[in-house]
Amino acid sequence: MTIAPPVVQTAPPSATSGGRSGSVTWMAWPALVAFVGFGVVPLIGVLLLSFTSWNRLSQDIPFTGLDSWRSVLSDPGLPHALWVTFLIMALSWLFQTPISLLLGVFIAAQKRYRSVLAVLFFVPLLLSQAAISITYKALLDPNFGLGAGLGWPFLQQDWLGDSTLALGVVVFVVSWQFIPFHTLIYQGGVRQIPASMYEAAQIDGAGRVRQFFSITLPQLKYTIITSSTLMVVGSLTFFDLIWVLTAGGPGDATRALAVDMYQRGFKADLMGPASAIAVILVLVGLALALGLRRLGGRDASSSQLEGV
Amino acid sequence: MDKRDVSRAERPSPGKKRGSRLRHHNFLGGLAGWLWLIVVLLPIYWIVITSFKVQSDYYATNPLLPPTSPTLENYRFVLENDFVRYFVNSVIVTVGSVGPAVLVSFMAAYAIVRGSAASRFLRGVNGLFLMGLAIPLQAVIIPIYLIIIKLQMYDTLGAIILPSLAFAIPLSVLVLGNFVRDVPKELFESMRMDGATEWGTLWRLAFPLTRPALVTVTIYQGLTVWNGFILPLILTQSPEQRTLPLALWSFQGQYSVNIPAVLASVVLTTLPILTLYIIGRRQLLSGLTAGFSK
Repeated sequence: MTIAPPVVQTAPPSATSGGRSGSVTWMAWPALVAFVGFGVVPLIGVLLLSFTSWNRLSQDIPFTGLDSWRSVLSDPGLPHALWVTFLIMALSWLFQTPISLLLGVFIAAQKRYRSVLAVLFFVPLLLSQAAISITYKALLDPNFGLGAGLGWPFLQQDWLGDSTLALGVVVFVVSWQFIPFHTLIYQGGVRQIPASMYEAAQIDGAGRVRQFFSITLPQLKYTIITSSTLMVVGSLTFFDLIWVLTAGGPGDATRALAVDMYQRGFKADLMGPASAIAVILVLVGLALALGLRRLGGRDASSSQLEGV
Repeated sequence: MDKRDVSRAERPSPGKKRGSRLRHHNFLGGLAGWLWLIVVLLPIYWIVITSFKVQSDYYATNPLLPPTSPTLENYRFVLENDFVRYFVNSVIVTVGSVGPAVLVSFMAAYAIVRGSAASRFLRGVNGLFLMGLAIPLQAVIIPIYLIIIKLQMYDTLGAIILPSLAFAIPLSVLVLGNFVRDVPKELFESMRMDGATEWGTLWRLAFPLTRPALVTVTIYQGLTVWNGFILPLILTQSPEQRTLPLALWSFQGQYSVNIPAVLASVVLTTLPILTLYIIGRRQLLSGLTAGFSK
């Protein structure tokens, strides 16, 4: 399971230390070494490798300047991969957000079945994307899947063989797995809304729908931004699911950036161009995260308590 | 110090009754809730019943009806195809990476909370881990592959363990740091008065008070590593080194004509994690909510 790197609100480190920091500093070293070795060094490495023409057969790594970048940027495959990535991102956001929001509001308020529902809703998040993709692949098989067995023409389409449908399936399966996670986030957000606001609205004669749009939705602004950031940035890294479900196909219909990188690097053995794609992946992710953060204003964490 | 109690207390209590009566008539939400439940459960139900069907049954009968003559044959078949080995591999990789990752993250979180005020270095470390949250594993997989080759660890379980360990650190440090920060300053002071070392304070004071968060972080990272696909795909090659998700994938390619067997293997790989979820779900859900909303 790949859950997006969470953009969690953070507090600055508090001054609990009595100034004897010398004796604790060493405790940070093991984590630092591990993370620098396999997180920071590779991040620098991927940039450096994008200026080489390394292939896995050769021992040495020849420096070739901007060659990889030129080939990637002039390749029509890149705009296509960006487009597919954007489509999956936008469609899955559009699909997941209303449902998660609705479910989150529902589960936060529902008393009787809440715990049972919350438990069952969460199950898709536990399954590996490999398992989920294999299941849907079998389920949607036009000849032997659910549609064929039930004789329902709607289900009996060639879901993974048609470009448009395949993209839709990817979006649906992604949503199937991650809606529970975002429901959880919204559930938490709703619980933070003070009940006094609803009481006041009720006294003013506002109905349920009005309350939802005038209180719940505006109060959840920062929750929506947090959840959207996770969805959007996370969707850049969808790999397992697409690879097992469609392997980027049919044709290149679901060949998103991460899939494109894998195919160039580990299938075509062009590590330089693949590294360039990886750099683009990082840059797009950073730009999106920063953009969404600006959208939410600087201080998303404290404002959840506003109006108490 | 129990996080669950804290979050419960934060929930708006005055007027709760009226609010909940009001919300009970959320028809649209209720409808969406039950519909989505069907969407969630239908594929799972289908996997389970199909995994007990014989092949001819699978093609012939209504796919949503339970098997007419349930069979364990598919499970026997999967278990005979090295399932146990892949299971053991997955356990080794998960325990071998998450255990050390949580331990070093806890130490780092403690150091950052205790030492940041006086140490520019520790503030920098904290900043680095925060930035590290934004590095996607997929984007750095090529250099990781190169490093693993240079370390001559390609096609070993260690090749999966090391990057898994590293990538579990940033989020763990963040969540654990938030919890260590809640330990009252006075308790640290009194430990110091008693002459305890920082190492002693870490274990005897911070560890018990942070335990709920430690459990949550362990479960969460365990889930991530257990389900990991891209690292074993790229860093191993021989069947002996496969972990469950990868084994599932190659099994599917190999036996795609035998869907009930493939689905039995899906059930078998999911069963351990589902069992753990049923046991630890309260902890996981409350910890996740607290960890993400802090």
